[in-house]
Amino acid sequence: MRSDDVFNLTLRALALTVIGGFLALTWFLWKSAMPALHVAGVAFVWRTEWDPVLGEFGALPFLWGTLVSSLLALLMSAPVSIGAALFLTDIAPRGIRAPIAFLIEMLAAIPSVVYGIWGIFVLAPFVREYVHPLLNGHLGFLPLFDGPPFGLGMLTAAMVLAVMITPTITAVCREVFRSVPDPLREAATGLGATRWETIRLAVLKTSISGIFGAMILGLGRALGETMAVTMVIGNRPDISISLFKPAATMASVIANEYAEAQGDAHLSALAAIGLVLLLVSSIVNIGARWIIKHTESKTHV
Amino acid sequence: MLAKIMNRTVAAVVTFGFMGLTPATLAKSETLINGAGATFPQPLYSRWFSDYRAIDKSIAINYQGVGSSGGIRQLLTGTVDFGASDEPMNAEESAKAKAQVHHIPTAMGAVALSYNLPGSPGLNLAPDVIADMFLGKITKWNDARVTATNAGVKLPDLAIMIAYRSDGSGTTAIMTEYLTETSPQWKTKVGQGKSVKWPTGLGGKGNAGVAGMIKQNPGTLGYVELVYAVSNKLPVAAIKNAAGDFVTPSNAAVSAAAKARTREIIAADFKLSLVNSPGKGAYPISSMTWLLVPENMPAGKAGPFAGFLKWAMGDAAQNTAESLNYAALPKEVRTAALDRIRKIKFK
Amino acid sequence: MSEGLPRVQRRRHFKSVMANAIIAILAGFAILPLILVFSYIARAGLPALNLDFFYKLPAPAGELGGGMANAIAGSLLMVVMSGLMAIPPGLLCGLYVAEFPNQKLALALRFVIDLLTGVPSIVIGLFAYAVLVVPMGGFNAWAGSAALAIIMLPVVSRTTEEILRLIPGQLREAGLALGLPRWKVLLRLIIRAGRSAIATGVFLAIARASGETAPLLFTSFNNQYWTKSLSEPVASLPVQIYTYAISPYEEWHRLAWAGSLVLVSVVFAINLLSRLLLKRGAK
Repeated sequence: MRSDDVFNLTLRALALTVIGGFLALTWFLWKSAMPALHVAGVAFVWRTEWDPVLGEFGALPFLWGTLVSSLLALLMSAPVSIGAALFLTDIAPRGIRAPIAFLIEMLAAIPSVVYGIWGIFVLAPFVREYVHPLLNGHLGFLPLFDGPPFGLGMLTAAMVLAVMITPTITAVCREVFRSVPDPLREAATGLGATRWETIRLAVLKTSISGIFGAMILGLGRALGETMAVTMVIGNRPDISISLFKPAATMASVIANEYAEAQGDAHLSALAAIGLVLLLVSSIVNIGARWIIKHTESKTHV
Repeated sequence: MLAKIMNRTVAAVVTFGFMGLTPATLAKSETLINGAGATFPQPLYSRWFSDYRAIDKSIAINYQGVGSSGGIRQLLTGTVDFGASDEPMNAEESAKAKAQVHHIPTAMGAVALSYNLPGSPGLNLAPDVIADMFLGKITKWNDARVTATNAGVKLPDLAIMIAYRSDGSGTTAIMTEYLTETSPQWKTKVGQGKSVKWPTGLGGKGNAGVAGMIKQNPGTLGYVELVYAVSNKLPVAAIKNAAGDFVTPSNAAVSAAAKARTREIIAADFKLSLVNSPGKGAYPISSMTWLLVPENMPAGKAGPFAGFLKWAMGDAAQNTAESLNYAALPKEVRTAALDRIRKIKFK
Repeated sequence: MSEGLPRVQRRRHFKSVMANAIIAILAGFAILPLILVFSYIARAGLPALNLDFFYKLPAPAGELGGGMANAIAGSLLMVVMSGLMAIPPGLLCGLYVAEFPNQKLALALRFVIDLLTGVPSIVIGLFAYAVLVVPMGGFNAWAGSAALAIIMLPVVSRTTEEILRLIPGQLREAGLALGLPRWKVLLRLIIRAGRSAIATGVFLAIARASGETAPLLFTSFNNQYWTKSLSEPVASLPVQIYTYAISPYEEWHRLAWAGSLVLVSVVFAINLLSRLLLKRGAK
């Protein structure tokens, strides 16, 4: 029993260290943000002004930009990633599985600044020349598709993010699907299920919590992404429902303005934005865990 | 598990071996001097530091462009040995310094207005027109006020899209300073700073981001350091200066802005803005860039670094600057700066 | 096979074929942009890739040639250091959360790890700056590695947790029934069973850390020369790539792409090596 106690203690000590480190991080953010929050109060979260010269700061435009771009990216990436993972575990011929999986994983290593530049020189022109005329030309009366043909804006940013988080979600989903025991698949097929039905019943249904975990990891990356987003989103703290109008995100404004922030007021406003981002991340995670808990109790094998 | 640990060990051994076997260019007795600051002079400094190593092998100067304010902050916290900025330190920053920080000018540059129009014509722009474009009051290229100063050019019925810097930058500070001085409405509505609330347009990251936006989108008007416009082969506007001439940005035009005010520069302890300088042929959006040298630089580094500063004021260094598209300092300013360098009392 | 079957059977068969096709198309959508990005880097970077790149130091502005040798070495160094700092604790954290769900501390840890995945890397860099750079009096490699480790740890932990939860309970019961102490069951049996999948998570973390720029700007800074000590600034590929990519020179842009190519290839090589060493009847 003794060695187990030592092990237990080590784990607990480690857990305390990690939690302690996180609390230190939060305290550091809080301390830096204090001056700005002292001035604006909780209203900081829903104020829309961002004027470094006048010293007026509010987080709402960035909050909007982060949430919309990340959720849109997840919406675009999740079906593609899950599909790709299924393809790699259950449909593709065995020979090409490993090479394609490697290709997808390798792209998780591309630095975000490279994605950003690819976004400016390849994706933005693509949106400007094909996507915008298609959507705005035919459905431009909808506020969603109303907007200038610059190629930079919310949609382009969401697309870059989607490309960036796909490797993560695919790789994790693939591992989750691989972990589904073969006997489960065989049982389904043995009962006469088609290929799709086997996948749906044996693989997807049992992997829901794993899929969610993968999506949360992807979403986490999207929420905190700075370089690539800032290069294609247009960096304009406006709130708009249009996909083609420029926007700004919390992570990108911190990255953009921190190095050159003049004055303690500006600096602490940026730290306050960091705090809001942390809050958003917490809410997303609590929500996700709650969903996982409730779906798991229904489908647990 | 074991395999993973083995992996790591192999990797570590390979790395350290790699670093050791390859000819080490840092001799054992070399001192590393670190500096941080503006991105604008970074290419110039990279060249100067490399050239100076041939003269003084005892030091290696490492400089990274993290932004003017970032450089000042690092200097004030003491995490770097010297700073560099496109703007002099303001009162708030100077108050935080533990020792006096000397501003040594090194070179000059121009902020160019660049655009994307069919045929890339040369344009003449007046200050009030520029300000109203950035304010969003003039929205089309073929507006009467724009065609008024561009008689021979066929301007299209194209919307003007403004490209500004999304990241805080000295370039923005210089540009907004110019706009503040030439447009009362800009002064009250927006003001001057490294980050401001732009009335209209889209933000690109860095000079490269703005240059990229201009290159990609017809109708865009943006401001970039001249060297970026030149290397991207973008057209630049000739701007009407205080003397009434339309001046195209160039090294000569920037030098003209400084030459007209050398006595003022020296009197202001080198901390002078060259925006909207009087003088024939002066480019109105010019500025100096400075190295920030603290008096409490560590003893072993101060002496050699002062040696570098003196060299930087010499003909060889200033000619190199010109070849890299930076404008050299006027001779009188260099002499005065040399004098100042000699007088720095390092602690 | 579908002729002569009752309508329901044919419909199910049809659905299956459609679903398979859609999945294949989705997979294509996943791979397509990735191929586009990679070919873009390759086309731009291969011309600048020569032997010089791997052993020469960066050349200053206006001079052609030069390389990124110090940046390559620096990145390898920091990834190794941060890996050592983050992977074992990350594995153990994931283990703790997955295997001891009834302990309140484990739940708290799980929550904290989830939050950490969403913190922007730049905030982590600023934190490391305040805690390590300022007290140590300057930019250094330790701070850079620490920042990367903080970014890696939650990724490793989260994926480990997910994989361990999928391993059937019988394996644990079998181990315990054989009289092994719990820690041996967990470390030797359970982690071993999921090692290939966990390796994926570790690889994702390494890949992520290798490409991070923002935190390094505030911690390891960058260095034009070789680093003599870990308490000094150290060059790294992402920062050097970033510096070159935002510069006005075509020559430097090409080097930035070459650097990106090298970065991706090195990470790929690490992945390949680890997989080969772990391979034992993987699917």
